[in-house]
Amino acid sequence: MLAAFASALPCQQGGATSSQRSVVVAETLYTMTGEPLKNAFVLIENGKITAIGDAAKMPESVDVTRVKVATPGLIDAHSTVGLTGVLNVPHDQDHLEKSSPMQPELRAVDAFHPRDPLVEWVRGLGVTTLHTGHSPGSLLSGQTMVIKTHGRSVDQDVVRPLAMVAVTLADSGRPRGGKGPGTRAKSVAMLREKLLEAKAYAAKRKRSEDAAINLGLETMSQVIAGDVPLLITAHRAHDLASALRVAREFDIRVVLDGAAESYLMLPAIKQASVWVLPHPAMARTRGDLENGTMELAKLLFDAKIPFAMQSGYESYVPKTRVVLWEAGISVMYGLSSQDALHAMTTSPAKMLGISDRVGALRVGMDGDVALFDGDPFEYTTHCVGSVIDGVKYMSTGDGR
Amino acid sequence: MKIKRLPCLAVLLLFVSSGIVAQEVPHVFAGARLETCEGPPIDNGVLVVHRGKIVAVGRAADVAIPAGAVKLDATGRTIMPGLVCSHSHIGSVSGGDSSGPIQPEVRALDSINARDPGIQKAQAGGITTVNVMPGSGHLLSGQTIYMKLRDVFTMEELAVRNADGSIAGGIKMANGSNPRKSAPFPGTRGKAAALVRAQYHRARDYQRKVKAANGDPEKMPDRSLGMEALVEAMEGKRMVHHHTHRQDDILTVLRLQKEFGFRVVLHHVSEGWMVAKEIAAAKVPCSVIMIDSPGGKLEASRLSLQTGAILDEAGVLVGFHTDDGITDSRLFLRSAALAVRAGMDRQKALQSVTIANARMLDMQDRVGTLTVGKDADFVLLSGDPFSVYTRVQQTWVEGSKVFDLSDPKDRLMATGGFGASNDQAQSMCCYGQGGGK
Repeated sequence: MLAAFASALPCQQGGATSSQRSVVVAETLYTMTGEPLKNAFVLIENGKITAIGDAAKMPESVDVTRVKVATPGLIDAHSTVGLTGVLNVPHDQDHLEKSSPMQPELRAVDAFHPRDPLVEWVRGLGVTTLHTGHSPGSLLSGQTMVIKTHGRSVDQDVVRPLAMVAVTLADSGRPRGGKGPGTRAKSVAMLREKLLEAKAYAAKRKRSEDAAINLGLETMSQVIAGDVPLLITAHRAHDLASALRVAREFDIRVVLDGAAESYLMLPAIKQASVWVLPHPAMARTRGDLENGTMELAKLLFDAKIPFAMQSGYESYVPKTRVVLWEAGISVMYGLSSQDALHAMTTSPAKMLGISDRVGALRVGMDGDVALFDGDPFEYTTHCVGSVIDGVKYMSTGDGR
Repeated sequence: MKIKRLPCLAVLLLFVSSGIVAQEVPHVFAGARLETCEGPPIDNGVLVVHRGKIVAVGRAADVAIPAGAVKLDATGRTIMPGLVCSHSHIGSVSGGDSSGPIQPEVRALDSINARDPGIQKAQAGGITTVNVMPGSGHLLSGQTIYMKLRDVFTMEELAVRNADGSIAGGIKMANGSNPRKSAPFPGTRGKAAALVRAQYHRARDYQRKVKAANGDPEKMPDRSLGMEALVEAMEGKRMVHHHTHRQDDILTVLRLQKEFGFRVVLHHVSEGWMVAKEIAAAKVPCSVIMIDSPGGKLEASRLSLQTGAILDEAGVLVGFHTDDGITDSRLFLRSAALAVRAGMDRQKALQSVTIANARMLDMQDRVGTLTVGKDADFVLLSGDPFSVYTRVQQTWVEGSKVFDLSDPKDRLMATGGFGASNDQAQSMCCYGQGGGK
């Protein structure tokens, strides 16, 4: 154990081994398409799953990994990893541009740092797909994207370059310093004006292709068209209600992020048919999260509201959370293990529109698998590695 | 149970019922697995408490049940000592202000809100004893306070007392990046150490003058609250609790400790794994923070979940702390569980949140193990202390139940929800009951 410490960071990277054909054999295999399979294999060829079955009938392969438990590679439904770096110094923080309160033109692909240690850290704990991008903290902070956690380059690893546009109706989006809206009403007024502007812009562009390009409005046009949802961070029930009001007015898609007090308005949320990304269970219950509950995921589940687990955004220590461990706390507080697993696999895949590729172990899907030496949620279980597009990354150091 | 100055009779009766009964009639908890934190676990064990103390611990066959005792079935549960947190910021605690980097005269005692919900949330996490400290933005931010999380509303009742009746606590110090800022605070590590050394030299002079006066009031130096606290530290009566992350900063603390002879606990020690040998040689205990992911703070970026295991193997006394609100008191057991995950011995991990921390607060004779004669501080768990599926079901302090998951008010504190961050609801005894005038 101590030998690993000869090198600098405790979470050192495991060696990535690439193979055209590899097999994972698990004593318990959670495919997420039905009941878990006992003693089953997953065959991955050229990055895709080509067979799943009884381990006794396993095809021959040079590269066999045997584990106690395997699940689909985990999907973190909302993170800022890669834009927020581990050191938390200006050099590695690109999640929030404060020069103006509304900058929908900021692309996540132009900011993501694939080799930041946090990318490797979350991969070491089973995350193979990240929904990451600009953070909460200004009214309209920028774009998010979906990327695999290979840690190579954005161009090689990206799944969806534009996933959502981040909006903050929480306290952190009201800086009161003159650089942004100072009140709740002003926030919503500015957001509505921007949406109206985008509507007019889209109409103008439709009339004439020669109309001047405005990058921000170009992005917001996709929101108006219903192609791209707004990811609205809000915690207080009245802020969440404002988010739903704007969504209704403009007939746009929204995803509620954080949503600490959503339990106060479950029928309204259900009626609006929106996804909710509950704040990490261990998020600090301060400020507008003061009424937060560790039971939030369970309450959403019971209300049959679609939700997915996230690691969220942290401005301070720790610089990221671990979606697996946050889900674990939700399990401690009443969510079933199986439902918690869905909230990190099939559910976020559906929300992000990528369920044809990731979120379940099925023939034809990406070869993304998370590997564990026991019950994934137990504190004392280790994530021994993860497989992404058939490439195996064994975890070492603290991540193991 | 001593209850003073309660404003509302209904509340008083409530407490009498849970308090006096436990104190005057022996209570027997039978059938549980007892993690005594002293020896190996006892299956189908019996714990007997009476008048706030543990009076028997052992296997069912070996423990005589006192006549007239209240018997409680704890089959399937695990009972362990009340958790001891050696570093917390609950109660909206504050310390020194921005006027200077060294303020030993400031007491945490005078800042804490005894009705702060953080206290109830800590009870919900199984914490019964806690060292509440001012922050780390000073070289010395003030005097800490050791508290027993009884169900009371004044600091005098929450406080742990020394043998002479004085309120127990340590001194909070810090080095590294937190206390570095513009003057009069230090701008560099060298300056920080120089300021601290100069202050301890002044305290030595004060100590000499007091000694020379030999009790003669005419010869005594003018009384200095700050100097008195520092002298107590140098005489070993007041533990120095020292925030320190980087390996070189840790060694600086050991250097100062050697020079001035104060007793010290190293807190956080993110890079302690790099200097485990040196810490062990200095025979200084470590109160380690367990944060589940890296980053966010430059000097703590090499923090490791393996620190506890490495320090323990080097022979260092290891405890963990919540540093609440950095980590949540309700999840304190998780810190020890993550240490087990990273290779720490299971029994040592159990001790790291109980008796090891009690030692760091000089309270090892009163709390930290299930031992006859110690305070009846214990936690009922639904299962294994290190499992994510386990809940804290009850917390008892000195024979009184202070948390019960089956009580809706307590449950709100355990899970969170609307109103969980309000000051203790008992302070609003007549609100909504037609008592308004």
